[in-house]
Amino acid sequence: MSDYTHLKDCIAVVGVGNTAYGNFPDRDDYGLGAEAFRNALADCGLEKNKVDGLLVCRIPYYARMGEILGLSPRWTVPLPPHGRMSAMGIIEAAAALEAGLCDYAALIYANIGRSRRVNYGGEESPGVWDPFGFTSPGAAHALMFQQHRAKYGTTTRQLAEVSVAFRHHACLNPDAVMKQPISIDDHEAARPIVEPLRLLDYCLINDGAVCIILTTKERARDLKKRPIMISGIGAREAFETASIANYDPECWYHQARDVGRQVYGMAGVGPSDVDTLMCYDNFSPTVLFSLEGLGFCERGEAGGFVEGGALKVGGRLPTNTDGGHLSNSYMQGWALNVEAVRQLRGECGARQVEGAEVAQFCAITPCSRSIIYTRG
Amino acid sequence: MDAPLPAKPRPNIDPVSRGFWENCRRGVLSVQRCDDCGNTHYPGTPVCPACLSSRQSWAPVSGRGTLVSWVRFHRAYWDSFRADLPYLVCLVRLEEGPLMLSNFAGEAPDEPPIGAAVEAAFDKVDDELTLPKFRVAV
Repeated sequence: MSDYTHLKDCIAVVGVGNTAYGNFPDRDDYGLGAEAFRNALADCGLEKNKVDGLLVCRIPYYARMGEILGLSPRWTVPLPPHGRMSAMGIIEAAAALEAGLCDYAALIYANIGRSRRVNYGGEESPGVWDPFGFTSPGAAHALMFQQHRAKYGTTTRQLAEVSVAFRHHACLNPDAVMKQPISIDDHEAARPIVEPLRLLDYCLINDGAVCIILTTKERARDLKKRPIMISGIGAREAFETASIANYDPECWYHQARDVGRQVYGMAGVGPSDVDTLMCYDNFSPTVLFSLEGLGFCERGEAGGFVEGGALKVGGRLPTNTDGGHLSNSYMQGWALNVEAVRQLRGECGARQVEGAEVAQFCAITPCSRSIIYTRG
Repeated sequence: MDAPLPAKPRPNIDPVSRGFWENCRRGVLSVQRCDDCGNTHYPGTPVCPACLSSRQSWAPVSGRGTLVSWVRFHRAYWDSFRADLPYLVCLVRLEEGPLMLSNFAGEAPDEPPIGAAVEAAFDKVDDELTLPKFRVAV
């Protein structure tokens, strides 16, 4: 395999921005994306016309986005509206910046799924298993959690720890959609959707947008905020069971192990050095799978690891300190990368992890990715 | 009188999958097997994922397998499944290797034991379509 580790600490996140999160039937993807872009520019003090790289995700038409923002980039990448795209896009942009394909890349994600009543199942996403009534990414995670439960004795009360911790964080985050604390008993009493998963194991569906601006280490010095460096990246796909969308018979353990070897090796840190983890959480079980695969605990032991509020700020591994997809906002990984940056800048107020120096994003999915961020 | 129930989704029968569904109508479960390298897989693919050959056939299998997992749907993503709620979907690993999602044949067990031996059973929907289902082997 060719070596990409020379990218370590070459590329910085310099600007981040987001909109409010919620239900905005009178707005559209472009308007939300433009607002996040404006906020990210203001965050770093970059002049708009310096932006010569544009990556969009879940935006209907990249050229219309460029027209609206008055941009004429020399590097453009559109990504499909899948949750696994955020770190894929950030890594692509980092490689493009390092290669000189652009100098300043703006990455814009917008989601208007709440007000447009997106369901993530049934006729919206036809599949080969429809005649049996099997559909939706949540059902795939239910299949995997059921296996984890049978093999390792993981309980739904342990699974509840994930949702409870993230809701706790959302209550500390002024931007978050969900504001009511929940308990393990609330999780257990929530209505079942696809058993063994219940409503509180499912991510939100809300409208909003996020923008991240990246540039090289040298250019980053001239901007307003402390640069946050991309110190490690790791990647591995699992396409063998793609017909059962969002399912892997081993809960992506082997891909996550590979991603962990890459990301920690490049950054020169290990799981015990991670001050805060931003873990893709479309459904709560994937957090358990991520902890095991990346080596925060042994395989089969994530249920015990998360007990007693371990994932809360102040716990052993503060995770998804913004509330994650379960309770902050369904920005499909993009907002979690923003939260990693804000934690390292010390901008997180009541949910700040004191002295955070190493923040890790991971998305353990059919396209598993991880990024380790450090302070520049 | 009540409006007729909406029809459940039907499989997309195309040149690749046609052989599978024709076999089901005859009560035969099959997986796609590469005529060149012998790789077996399901669902069907236009070329063999191992060697990229276009020469593949639908090969009958034993119908025996292992229950890998199961879930219980409490939400109807299609109106046509509303009357079935809650309903079970099972994930089976055939002894020949491929995974298949399906339902339990007949009365579904309350808490199907993961790892149990299962065997195929066939559920005739109409003259055109027979669905392969699974029952826990006795």
